[in-house]
Amino acid sequence: MDSGIVSYGVYVPRYRIYPRDIGKVWGQNGEAMGRSLNIIAKSVPAPDEDAATIAVMAARRALKRVKVDPGEIGAIFVGSESHPYAVKPTASIVAEAIHAAPYLTAADLEFACKAGTAGMQAALGLINSSNRNIPMDYAMAIGSDTSQGAPGNALEYSASAGGVAFLLGHTGVIAEIVLTMSFTTDTPDFWRREGMKYPSHGERFTGKPAYFKHIQSSAEQIMNRMGTEAKDYDYAVFHQPNGKFPVTIGKKLGFSMEQIKDGLMTPFIGNTYSASMMIGLANILDKAEPGDSILAVSYGSGAGSDGFHIQVTDEILEYDRSGSPLVEDEIKKEIPVDYATYLKYREKIKMEGE
Amino acid sequence: MGVARYWRAQDQRYSLAGNECSICKRKFFPNKTMCPVCHRRSFGKMNRFYFSGEGKVSSYTVVHDPLPGYGAQVPYILATVDLVEGDTVLGQVVDCDPADVKIGTELEMVFRKLSEEGKSGTIQYGYKFRIK
Amino acid sequence: MKRLSRDVAVIGIGQTRFGEHWDLSFREIGIQAGIKAIMDAGIDSSRIDALYIGNMSAGLFLDQEHIASIIAEEIGLTDRQIPTTRVEAADASGGLALKQAILSIASGLNDVVVVGGAEKMSDVTSDIAAGFIAAGADQSWEALFGATMPSLYAIMARRHMHEYGTTREQLAHVSVKNHRHGAMNPFAQYQKEIGIETVLKAGPVAEPLGLFDCAPMSDGAAALVVCDMETANEICDEPIRIIGTGQGSDTLSISNRPSLTELRSTKTASRKAYEMAGIGPSDIDVAEVHDSYSIGEILAIEDLGFFEKGDGGPATERGDTTLGGKIPINTSGGLKARGHPLGATGIAQVNEIVLQLRGKCDSRQVKDARIGLAQNVGGTGGTAVVHILEVI
Repeated sequence: MDSGIVSYGVYVPRYRIYPRDIGKVWGQNGEAMGRSLNIIAKSVPAPDEDAATIAVMAARRALKRVKVDPGEIGAIFVGSESHPYAVKPTASIVAEAIHAAPYLTAADLEFACKAGTAGMQAALGLINSSNRNIPMDYAMAIGSDTSQGAPGNALEYSASAGGVAFLLGHTGVIAEIVLTMSFTTDTPDFWRREGMKYPSHGERFTGKPAYFKHIQSSAEQIMNRMGTEAKDYDYAVFHQPNGKFPVTIGKKLGFSMEQIKDGLMTPFIGNTYSASMMIGLANILDKAEPGDSILAVSYGSGAGSDGFHIQVTDEILEYDRSGSPLVEDEIKKEIPVDYATYLKYREKIKMEGE
Repeated sequence: MGVARYWRAQDQRYSLAGNECSICKRKFFPNKTMCPVCHRRSFGKMNRFYFSGEGKVSSYTVVHDPLPGYGAQVPYILATVDLVEGDTVLGQVVDCDPADVKIGTELEMVFRKLSEEGKSGTIQYGYKFRIK
Repeated sequence: MKRLSRDVAVIGIGQTRFGEHWDLSFREIGIQAGIKAIMDAGIDSSRIDALYIGNMSAGLFLDQEHIASIIAEEIGLTDRQIPTTRVEAADASGGLALKQAILSIASGLNDVVVVGGAEKMSDVTSDIAAGFIAAGADQSWEALFGATMPSLYAIMARRHMHEYGTTREQLAHVSVKNHRHGAMNPFAQYQKEIGIETVLKAGPVAEPLGLFDCAPMSDGAAALVVCDMETANEICDEPIRIIGTGQGSDTLSISNRPSLTELRSTKTASRKAYEMAGIGPSDIDVAEVHDSYSIGEILAIEDLGFFEKGDGGPATERGDTTLGGKIPINTSGGLKARGHPLGATGIAQVNEIVLQLRGKCDSRQVKDARIGLAQNVGGTGGTAVVHILEVI
């Protein structure tokens, strides 16, 4: 039974802040920082947005494109590192808001930036068991974040907000997930303790021993298992904490810019954390044609990489995207804000009584 | 903390769930126990109806003096929205400049945070509107 | 057409100055007005059969409910366990309390009733007070979305401007006029005139309404002594007869109404009052209307039938509603200048009408005032109460 992606929806907040406006406040050359990270702008959530509102918008958009009864969705997983509650799931809010409730299972996931793709694997597992002991035709995996960077820290230039929902199933599959395998170690490259507002990271340690090692290992594991090489793929998309890392690892694995460019979204909207690789994958799916193959590899600090070998099916020709915005159209709507407004929106200003 | 009070109206706030009189087909938001036109004939004959969230501004204001708890959003835009299926709701219009909102502006529904019961209480989610 | 089974008259009035009374508690302020009214009526307190008190939110402002008992005790009448009733309809509480007092007399159960209205708002900061005032709107479908009371009136104002061409300047003229009147009223919170530029340049509260389009927060109380006509003729030299009383309701939420530019509650309340009195709008010599926001007065003078719908703004600008004009409105200064302790306003309005009909308004006296009207609204119009009074 082929199982995989049946539909997808994307939501990115409209507000934007530019590197030069961040750098100005901290005595840094913001434009130079932006260039070194290959980030032109990052998305900023409005004060009334959070990982739950973004997840709901993405989920609703995924459902708008297909005639699936939301009551048939048997599982919803929301992966985020900025869940609105420490205890009380985002997934149940989504379930209620898209009318998938109450006959389903739901849970929130956390694994830094790969919580969304971990949800895809969990959803796939349930779907694949549906002819055995888990009756389930559809499951939804969402990656949604409104990530924070400490003031003055390099992460402020990249930590942004966005969400992607993938509806997975075994009928009407537009992109089959042929294989998924992961590579996970205990690597403390980036973390946030309970109760702390901002994450901490190991600076250059987040590179070779973390991001690069895990993505490379996961990608090679997939390609070995599939017996493929870089040239066999039409597209490659990786977790993208900035606009440079995914290009570096892509090239290392033998991919060309031509294969990588359509999956590269961070330069326009920043690092959407749990949605990061997923939004690149969604942009690819906006353009993909039957028979295209995609290597998709996420990365979550802590650390792990989920790899996917995805094959676009003929069904994609019947897939009507018109009910929801394409990724490129979604990210085009920009409302610039200055640093003070950004602080206000991101609740970085201590209000009365706090 | 009014947990039950907010929970009770979740579907209404999350999805603009109203109802429809099965006799005259008029649609209402929020729910009405009885149709104001068909009166007691409609008692027990009101069916749930989900509005699409599309509508037009019939009037609006920009709030500068907020309600306690809404200070972070100031200035915010409130509009009465004539929903395409009928009936009118009050809601915020977000993600735009106040100058962009006029009587007749077409809107679509979005899902946002409405309020929270302080930093340790629950968060209330529901509908707001964006310019289509 | 329904009539009262007994005629009712006002034989005594009293009010405190409205404003910030830091030294006075709710109960202290409440009885000051009551005692003034009883003394003005010249009656012995043993004649008082019942008390009615209008108060909107002592429960919110002061964590105090059961206002009836407090007032009964404070006024010293619990020794004979006087029946006391608290009435609430947002800021129509005062007007509605008077209606209940009238009904109780007309029923034959009471002869002499003291009816008061009181509110203490300054014990909390203005942002908290704004939240409490919004309790008069729809908590579930208006306030939850961030709507304040001025924002709801602002939405009505914007629509009125769209449908009838009413301008910001016309709204401002309401406040300018009311301050001019208030400057002549020793009970007014603000006794200073303001210019139109002050109103137009004021900080926005909810566009198009600015600071000077909005009635202030106030502490204050007002009271009346009302009785059946027979008793009035016996003990009072110049009783003022209540010739009409009417009440109307409307949806709590403005978005549930067919029109944003009229208050159906006012139209119905006034129609009933006019019918009972056997008169029409053109017979009214002076009126106190509910200008909690400047647009409120414009809507009122239209809905009460003084001007065509849509002409309220131009009429105000023309000077038709100023002292000396066609129909003087809010000679007291209105809610804007006299002040607006929520539950007291409805009674204070009737106080002013009685003073006008008695000819006791000094520089703000309307010449030959014989019939006066008071219109009191709850929130955005969920309740409206209208009383018409005539000098005998």
